[in-house]
Amino acid sequence: MNKIEVNHLTKIFGSRPKLGLEYLNNGETKDDILEKTGQTVGVNQVSFSVKSGETFVIMGLSGSGKSTLIRLVNRLIEPTDGEVYIDGEDIKTMNHSGLIKTRRQKIAMVFQGFGLLPHRTVINNVAYGLELRGVNKEERERVAKKVIEDVGLSGHQNSYPEELSGGMQQRVGLARALTNDSDILLMDEAFSALDPIIRKEMQDELIQLQNKLGKTVLFITHDLDEALKLGDRIAVMKDGKIVQIGSAEEILENPVDDYVATFVKDVNRSKILEASQVMHTPEVLHNYKDGPRVAVRKMEEVGASSIFVVNKNNHFEGLLTIDNAIKAYNEQMPVESVQIEDVHVVSSETALDDLIGMAIDAKYPIAVVNEGRFLGIISRVSILSGLVLGKKDAEEVAP
Amino acid sequence: MNYFELPLEEWTNTFVYDWLLPQLGGFFDGISAILQSFVDIVTGMLTSIPPEVIAITFILLLWWLSGKGIALFAFIGFLFIGSVDLWVESMETLSIVIVATIVSIIIGIPTGILGSKNNTVDKLIRPILDFMQTLPIFVYLIPAILLFGLGGVPAVIATFVFAMPPAVRLTNLGIRQVSKEVVEASTAFGSTSRQLLFKIQLPLALPSIMTGINQTIMLALSMAVVASMIGAPGLGSTVLTGISQVNVGQGLTGGLAIVVLAIILDRLTQGIGKKL
Repeated sequence: MNKIEVNHLTKIFGSRPKLGLEYLNNGETKDDILEKTGQTVGVNQVSFSVKSGETFVIMGLSGSGKSTLIRLVNRLIEPTDGEVYIDGEDIKTMNHSGLIKTRRQKIAMVFQGFGLLPHRTVINNVAYGLELRGVNKEERERVAKKVIEDVGLSGHQNSYPEELSGGMQQRVGLARALTNDSDILLMDEAFSALDPIIRKEMQDELIQLQNKLGKTVLFITHDLDEALKLGDRIAVMKDGKIVQIGSAEEILENPVDDYVATFVKDVNRSKILEASQVMHTPEVLHNYKDGPRVAVRKMEEVGASSIFVVNKNNHFEGLLTIDNAIKAYNEQMPVESVQIEDVHVVSSETALDDLIGMAIDAKYPIAVVNEGRFLGIISRVSILSGLVLGKKDAEEVAP
Repeated sequence: MNYFELPLEEWTNTFVYDWLLPQLGGFFDGISAILQSFVDIVTGMLTSIPPEVIAITFILLLWWLSGKGIALFAFIGFLFIGSVDLWVESMETLSIVIVATIVSIIIGIPTGILGSKNNTVDKLIRPILDFMQTLPIFVYLIPAILLFGLGGVPAVIATFVFAMPPAVRLTNLGIRQVSKEVVEASTAFGSTSRQLLFKIQLPLALPSIMTGINQTIMLALSMAVVASMIGAPGLGSTVLTGISQVNVGQGLTGGLAIVVLAIILDRLTQGIGKKL
């Protein structure tokens, strides 16, 4: 079921929005309406839906209406026309108490400028949502403390927001949203005000949190790299309209018009491609049945100088080089005693960007492992071919 | 420029004498009685407590709130007031200031809140406040006497009219200055407008509101002298007698006592504002 469903949502700013709406329904453009009626079309008949657990990114330049759009979803701004369904309930026709209840229980929000309460300590900021709901002090502080630890701010709970750095302030903002334990997170340019390094850190943390919590996230950004990194699906907005919705790949491969095409032209492939897309699956040594002799033969077959060792459950154990395999064979030693365990191990979602640095000083191929299971290896060649050729071609080139 | 005759003077007099006084006299008498007893209680308290106790309380409070220097000033100031034999007059003035300030806060702050929440109300209030602040004081001293008689009560009313506007304006301004994003954040998490007001807007507007109260007190004190013309007891009447008898010395001692009170009250309220 769709967590958020938006149908023909329109917001017209000005003194006579209904008039603007009439013109809009007659098919006039945003510029014409501004000229003829003086009304500004902020969001123009936007429709999309977000599935439960999905991260949906709305991307657009400033003035494209994305910040207005996200505020229409929790009705911080009153829509002019259209519907917004949260869990199947239309928020636009909801009465006041229903709206407050929905905001308290179903939707939490993170703001670009953090929106922290300057007169309250970190813990009282984080517990604010629960306080509004009327949760007693002891209980809300207990919950807040736990979330503060989760976002890595333990020890700062009694600080005031102004005493914290920007990155830490946004952690407070995130903690405040998480404390509410609502299914939907609205993130309005949540990381845009942060330094690039901190921003990347926060993005990674959001991805981790998402893996753990599975919230429905509506994320607004003007940064394409951020959109591609975080979004399960991305909507590109221009002049109040959504011009394309699709996965990162669909948008990169098939931009719907010139606007999207120019947007994605300069995209850095190293940030979108993941380890799983450039790795290949090699011959492996099963340590429960194969000895050094089999290892040497397998290496000879594929012309490699090393082989990865896995156990019965296909769990990663280590790496065996040809030298060590011969040594083990000659001296009648078990494979375990000579295998190298000190090799680079990454998860299948690691961005290519992060692999580059690792590959430079890696003596052996990088192992791709998810929850202990060995999935494949990445060599320097696969990284380079991935960078140059993209995902599909990389598979063909890799040995 | 005399294109048509506007008999505003006659109208006003007819309105006041033929309608307002006969119809609402009882109402004003009621207000008068309440305010009078309020003034009497405060004056009674301030004059019955030994001056030393009051002086020491103020000095210690100032020491705690604003530091040693101003506490020393208050010590010297109170000694001065005592030695020129103006203690009782000072307390009478102080009680009018206190009552007028309390009434100003009770009416002014809610009005300011209302004005900050509603632009129409704001537009209505503004000209009234301008009117209250700029109309020559004597113009409403006259109706104050008519409606409330002579003495402390019309002085409180006149002082209130003159001194309340800053409380309204700065409450309004303080609430409007609360960052839009903070208000948005609170709303997004589901605050009712009441929760928004008491948990976010008022606490964040507090410095501004305290400045308003401070200004109200200062204006109330400056009004105290003028109010003595309609029979308010206190330092004002000391100064007034000094003026009418061309007694420069009396005028100066009374005037200095007012200055001492003003500085003490100013630092006191500023100190409270900082502590909050």
